[in-house]
Amino acid sequence: MATLHTRSSARLMLTPSVILLLCWMIVPLAMTLYFSFLRYNLLMPGTEEWIGFLNYQFFVEDPAFWASLINTLLLVGGTLLITVVGGTFLAILLDQPFFGQGIVRLLVIAPFFVMPTVSALVWKNMLMHPVNGLFAWVARAFGAQPVDWLAEVPLLSVTIIVSWAWLPFATLIILTALQSLDQDQKEAAEMDGAGIFSIFWHITLPHLARALTVVVLIETIFLLSVFAEIFVTTNGGPGTESTNLTYLIYMQALLFYDAGAASAGGVIAIILANIVAIFLIRMIGKNLEA
Amino acid sequence: MGSITLEAVTKSFGGVKVIPGVDLEINDGEFVVFVGPSGCGKSTLLRLIAGLEDVTSGRILIDGQDATGMPPARRKLSMVFQSYALYPHMSVYKNIAFPLKMAGMDPAKIKEKVEGAAGILNLTDYLDRRPGQLSGGQRQRVAIGRAIVREPSAFLFDEPLSNLDAALRVNMRLEISELQKSLGTTSIYVTHDQIEAMTMADKIVVLNAGRIEQVGSPLDLYHKPANLFVAGFIGSPKMNLVEGEAARSRGATTMGIRPEHLTLSKTEGEWQGRVGVAEHLGSDTFLHVHVQGIEAPLTTRVPGNVEVSHGDTVFLTPDPARTYLFGPDGQAL
Ligand SMILES: Nc1ncnc2c1ncn2[C@@H]1O[C@H](COP(=O)(O)OP(=O)(O)OP(=O)(O)O)[C@@H](O)[C@H]1O
Ligand SMILES: [Mg+2]
Repeated sequence: MATLHTRSSARLMLTPSVILLLCWMIVPLAMTLYFSFLRYNLLMPGTEEWIGFLNYQFFVEDPAFWASLINTLLLVGGTLLITVVGGTFLAILLDQPFFGQGIVRLLVIAPFFVMPTVSALVWKNMLMHPVNGLFAWVARAFGAQPVDWLAEVPLLSVTIIVSWAWLPFATLIILTALQSLDQDQKEAAEMDGAGIFSIFWHITLPHLARALTVVVLIETIFLLSVFAEIFVTTNGGPGTESTNLTYLIYMQALLFYDAGAASAGGVIAIILANIVAIFLIRMIGKNLEA
Repeated sequence: MGSITLEAVTKSFGGVKVIPGVDLEINDGEFVVFVGPSGCGKSTLLRLIAGLEDVTSGRILIDGQDATGMPPARRKLSMVFQSYALYPHMSVYKNIAFPLKMAGMDPAKIKEKVEGAAGILNLTDYLDRRPGQLSGGQRQRVAIGRAIVREPSAFLFDEPLSNLDAALRVNMRLEISELQKSLGTTSIYVTHDQIEAMTMADKIVVLNAGRIEQVGSPLDLYHKPANLFVAGFIGSPKMNLVEGEAARSRGATTMGIRPEHLTLSKTEGEWQGRVGVAEHLGSDTFLHVHVQGIEAPLTTRVPGNVEVSHGDTVFLTPDPARTYLFGPDGQAL
């Protein structure tokens, strides 16, 4: 297959899409980089000038930056933890034969199709609301003081909302991986004297390693940029308690009209995402090798 | 240490009775082979003994103890699967060590045992590899290694050689036989290859549609098949089964004659026929001869090479001492 000729013609045919992708990526990236070195406030048009790293300094020295950085990592980490552990558990349950399996599997994936804004609104007004919410009602039914979720534990609330949306994704991927596990292996382990927990630990989990890696990598990419859930529920507050990096950049750009600082924040977010990616690939990337 | 007894064991899947009732006695140290056509329930029977399936009714005794409801691990049997069922993410060493680790054996002792087994099976150089980096024969050996380290009371093999090529199969067949003899462990071996059955078994169990047709030593089955099914199943090429006048004149409904017990002549004999396909193997020649009044062509086996070709007229005579006669119910007379 891979003769010199096919390789060069393959390159030729790839060229247009590569060029398109490059433009698509490079142009905005270059513009962001450029803006991040300008004083560029939308409220003061015409005053743009080169100010070097001042935007970066301004962005990093803002106490909200460090808070949002930590929030971002907590949000990503917490959601990953909930979806991976919960997804594995749910997948194992769904893998058991039971009545109505098809319908249940269909329902499980449903949350993934609900738009983040909609799910956030539902969670905010119907579930977590301190007066009208279901959780408050349950708490009162037990005679407990209702928790005002979004005010008292905003980051946890956002994490729960985001996890709810991503749990089906994890469950589905893990379920398909579970179903591809050779039944003979489990039976062999059973004959070798392994109990159900040993089988899970020594046979099932290693088999799932690749699927879990895929789940973690894909979710990380999307979770670093969670926005709608925060925007709809807490607006990053109270204070900066539920502000993540994406939301902070949004505030810089569209609440303070400071395009320069926002661009600097964007560049920092890109760097952060790459650091996370490098860590992840180092840690779990080897699972993806055949 | 390793006798197995089945008492009126039945198994149904849903409403389908796959094993309608089996009684079987397997003595300590015996090499028992289950043979039968595809789908006759060989694997199911083996899995019932292993405990991977629950019996619908009946009892299974292992070493005289009722093991019917016991989980697989407590039956002290080890199984070699057709797919090998090696653990792909573990090294060969860890694969072989797994049952010992599960038994909570101390690591130094595990090492000694695994290395011992690897020595016997020529796997010493491969202990660090993953199963994916081994050849089919080596994987097979790892599966056997994993089965022997536990020193089980019996080995169960489910068509362990069917994924190997013909030459390797002959080799592994010998190796397994030799290993079993030297360990003296009871073994149950499932195959649909009757050559494997004949060469390896102390005792063959012929199964058909979940029923035992006959149990006996290989030569017993060859010389004294109890019925038409066994007669047709054991022996290669297959026994010729002749109905009609030839059988009636001998007082039977069906007469059986093995290809090696038909004498070929170019001049005279009981049956005159025309040669169809002639298979020249060098050591033997198999001739398929079409005889008037007999439906299927008669197969005959002639030692060495004979110069006949398609369309020649030949005569066949059955050896009267070696004909098998079957009544209308298919049972031997
Ligand atoms: N889990 C099951 N559910 C329903 N039917 C089954 C199941 N397992 C086996 N059977 C049926 O039981 C019969 C015997 O199957 P089994 O696997 O024991 O055959 P076998 O003799 O091992 O055949 P082969 O030589 O092809 O491996 C078959 O008709 C099969 O369809
Ligand atoms: Mg089978």
